[in-house]
Amino acid sequence: MSAASADPLERTPLCELHLELGAKMVPFAGYAMPVQYPLGVLKEHLHTRARAGLFDVSHMGQASLFGPDHQTTAAALETLVPADILNLQPGRQRYTQLLNEEGGIVDDLMVTRSADPAEDGKLLLVLNASRKEVDYEYMSGRLPDSVRLHPIRDRALLALQGPEAAAALARQSPQAPTLRFMGALATAVAAFECHVSRSGYTGEDGFEISVAADQAIDLARLLLAEEGVQPIGLGARDSLRLEAGLSLYGHELDEMTSPVEADLSWSIPKRRREAGGFPGWDRIQRELRDGPARLRVGIKPEGRAPARDGTEVLEPSGARIGIVTSGGFGPTVNGPIAMGYVDTAYARPGTPVELMVRGKSQPARIVDLPFVPHRYLR
Amino acid sequence: MALERFTEDHEYIRVDGDIAAVGITHHAQEQLGDVVFVEVPEVGRTVKQKEATAVVESVKAASEIYAPVSGVVVEINADLAANPALVNEDAEGKAWFFKLRVADKSELDGLMDRAAYEEFVKRS
Repeated sequence: MSAASADPLERTPLCELHLELGAKMVPFAGYAMPVQYPLGVLKEHLHTRARAGLFDVSHMGQASLFGPDHQTTAAALETLVPADILNLQPGRQRYTQLLNEEGGIVDDLMVTRSADPAEDGKLLLVLNASRKEVDYEYMSGRLPDSVRLHPIRDRALLALQGPEAAAALARQSPQAPTLRFMGALATAVAAFECHVSRSGYTGEDGFEISVAADQAIDLARLLLAEEGVQPIGLGARDSLRLEAGLSLYGHELDEMTSPVEADLSWSIPKRRREAGGFPGWDRIQRELRDGPARLRVGIKPEGRAPARDGTEVLEPSGARIGIVTSGGFGPTVNGPIAMGYVDTAYARPGTPVELMVRGKSQPARIVDLPFVPHRYLR
Repeated sequence: MALERFTEDHEYIRVDGDIAAVGITHHAQEQLGDVVFVEVPEVGRTVKQKEATAVVESVKAASEIYAPVSGVVVEINADLAANPALVNEDAEGKAWFFKLRVADKSELDGLMDRAAYEEFVKRS
């Protein structure tokens, strides 16, 4: 699709359905993906917040880690991530980051412990599309022989998000809506064997549903036929996650940035902070103790002009103190919103800053994230 | 009947005597998607042909609007600041961005008429 990329784009198992639904397809992380459907980004965003949206996220990496028992698999993964995996309970999911030796983020991911006692020792991972091959190589080279990484390439991933997601899914799957936020189980959705978690990337209540690739279109059609469900593209996915204050790899997160700088310290529990045993522990310990040099923050422009990725953040006197990493228009906020990094001295909510937009200085303020409150079912 | 011309950047210019209204085409607004912000120039500003004169931002991206011909900005469309979505509703009607007093009408000769523009859109 893009003349610049030499490799042909990969297609997700839902590609045909996107075209049938009238999606506008764009290249994203090596895949042809729907950026919007005929409804358009703005209405798709608002629809997801008001009712329910179905997203194709099959481009994301799904993988399993297999070991002889949970203790062994969890201990192996803990050498690469700063989360508590050992105490992750069956059927529970956790957010964490794959770290490099410098404490930079190789990727951010979801880790799920299988709910099935017969699968003790198995962890499921969901990784970013743009990073999954890097991740597989990074992890394979660092896992002990007793723990195997198995990329899953024959399954699709759907996300059903929004206040009516649970009601829509309940009509096809009585089990799935019994989950709480960050819970997961293997269960049938209609006639299809799925793995369902109560999670997402919009700030709304919702589910991610893993299904065999050859059943993905049939399942998507069933869910789209439910009252209140519309197909939603990557455009709205991006504005929804930005309003929810959620980081996107390649924007807020990269191999130079630590989880402390990214304001993800909440995902590093006490045991891991104190005992370490993950890459970059010394840097993370130091940043937790002394504070990081820069911090991820919410930035609210005071006017109407959006400030995009790469916009410089200045202090009122004109000195450069940071940069916008994601920015645009928030349809629910009904105004411009941004996230970025600023020197920690300027990170306090309420701090006035200036954004350099097309050569003109625009007033803005550091604000708490998220811009739109999360509505997870805890 | 006003004279209508189009640029390869998908602006239209509608000339009535010495005064010309400039906006983006229906095709351009379709490509942009939902317009959420518009920045218009100051009245009195002198612009050269192809100079970035206004800005339109959709949920997806920011785009510059270039002056199709040289001139002086004599009027701006104040409705657009309050209601940027007007660009999606009526791009080639009520959603003009600014009006120019045209400096040199011969610059219009290098622009496309509607038939040529429609052909240009089909090819691109």
